[in-house]
Amino acid sequence: MDEISPAVAGFGLHVRQARVAFDGCVLFDDLSFELAPGSFTCLLGPSGIGKSTLLRLIAGLAPDDARAQIQASDGGPLAGRVAWMAQTDLLCPWLDVAANVALGARLRGTPHDLTRVSALLEAVGLADKTHAMPNTLSGGQRQRAALARTLMEDRPLVLMDEPFGALDAITRWRLQDLALRLLEGRTVLLVTHDPREALRMGDTVRVLAGRPAALGAPLHPRGLAQGELLAAEHRLLDELAATAI
Amino acid sequence: MRPLLLFALFGVAWEALVRATGVPSFILPGPLRVAAALANNASFLAENALVTLLEIALGTLVGVSLGCLAALALSASRGARAWLLPLVVASQAIPIFAIAPLLVLWLGFGLASKIAAAALVIFFPVASVFYDGLARTERGWLDLARVMNAKPAAILWRIRLPAALPALASGLRMAAAIAPIGAIIGEWVGAAAGLGFVMLQANAQMQTDLMFAALLVLASFAVLFYRLVDRLALRLAPWQPPTQSTF
Repeated sequence: MDEISPAVAGFGLHVRQARVAFDGCVLFDDLSFELAPGSFTCLLGPSGIGKSTLLRLIAGLAPDDARAQIQASDGGPLAGRVAWMAQTDLLCPWLDVAANVALGARLRGTPHDLTRVSALLEAVGLADKTHAMPNTLSGGQRQRAALARTLMEDRPLVLMDEPFGALDAITRWRLQDLALRLLEGRTVLLVTHDPREALRMGDTVRVLAGRPAALGAPLHPRGLAQGELLAAEHRLLDELAATAI
Repeated sequence: MRPLLLFALFGVAWEALVRATGVPSFILPGPLRVAAALANNASFLAENALVTLLEIALGTLVGVSLGCLAALALSASRGARAWLLPLVVASQAIPIFAIAPLLVLWLGFGLASKIAAAALVIFFPVASVFYDGLARTERGWLDLARVMNAKPAAILWRIRLPAALPALASGLRMAAAIAPIGAIIGEWVGAAAGLGFVMLQANAQMQTDLMFAALLVLASFAVLFYRLVDRLALRLAPWQPPTQSTF
């Protein structure tokens, strides 16, 4: 596990007065929230509400007119300390699995640690696919490779944009377990539209709803009994159905 | 197998038509007569075919290289786009028939003017298709690269370029299909050798059977050249499923 544990513990994140508008339609305005260091936060909301946009804003990928004050709790810069995992695996079809996992180092022109690549592929169950090309992998295997690539970056803050949304139920279940185990110690913000996924993975669950979108009160599902979790899932589904746009 | 069968059927129908109508051989020679002309002039045709083949191959090499360089320059900087794009468009707007005599005047009757003509007809499709491929990189890859702190040069070289290889493969196929046009036009305008030159001479001397024989050799080489380039194009982007046009 040493090869894959984070080198730097996750820092906290303060997002204040975030605002994004598209063509005069304000997605959210004056939105503020915090992520505790090393916590796993799930951001839940109906499709089109602006969850992914908020994630992009933190990742530095938002449109030019978007604005927000985003600060790390340790006062350091965000650039170079964020890893990104998207809904699609974004594996480069011209690179084998190992080269895809080491994509960040290739792009920065820095040497990459082959031992770490092997350890990560082992950890995600793709040790025998090191030199396989992406088009020979199943959807679940591709997303495992994407998870290994995200971990290879070894960044304290990990942003995940519905990374398991396109997978079948069993594969998703396994990948959620794997992600929870491997991302431990990092600060994670995961966007999803699936209440069960949010309740299963998150230390904290926040619902983004309304227009302009606002965040609901934080829910802490850890330690809830099975019945309470089911009730919470019901409540969240009701809430999402009522606010769907 | 199917193309050969089609070819044979076409030959039989052609011979039957010539015999049934009794059309003079200087207007339409039958395939047997063309075959005889092919056999009688085999070494002469082979010599000239080699010249044309060299023109096509070198023209393709030059045209594809220049097209790729132009596409890379166009996608690398906005300044290059402002200066280069009008030139690229102009290269396509000028008809090759209009410029071929000038090429012969400037570069002589030899190989250079034919290579230039072939390169000129190839340049635009390759440049435009490859540039299009470079400009349409999946946004997700670019986002990922940005979050990974990649430099623009690394994004171009390691993401946009390989992602555009399927487009370049299409450009190569197009280039292979049109390269013979450039070379033959170059030969028609002024040459001392080559299949286009042979066809022109044969036509002037009413040796229509020899003209058809030269045409047959040219068509065969063009098809073989296309297949060769098609194979190369498949290797360029092996993750792409083969196109329907592959035969």
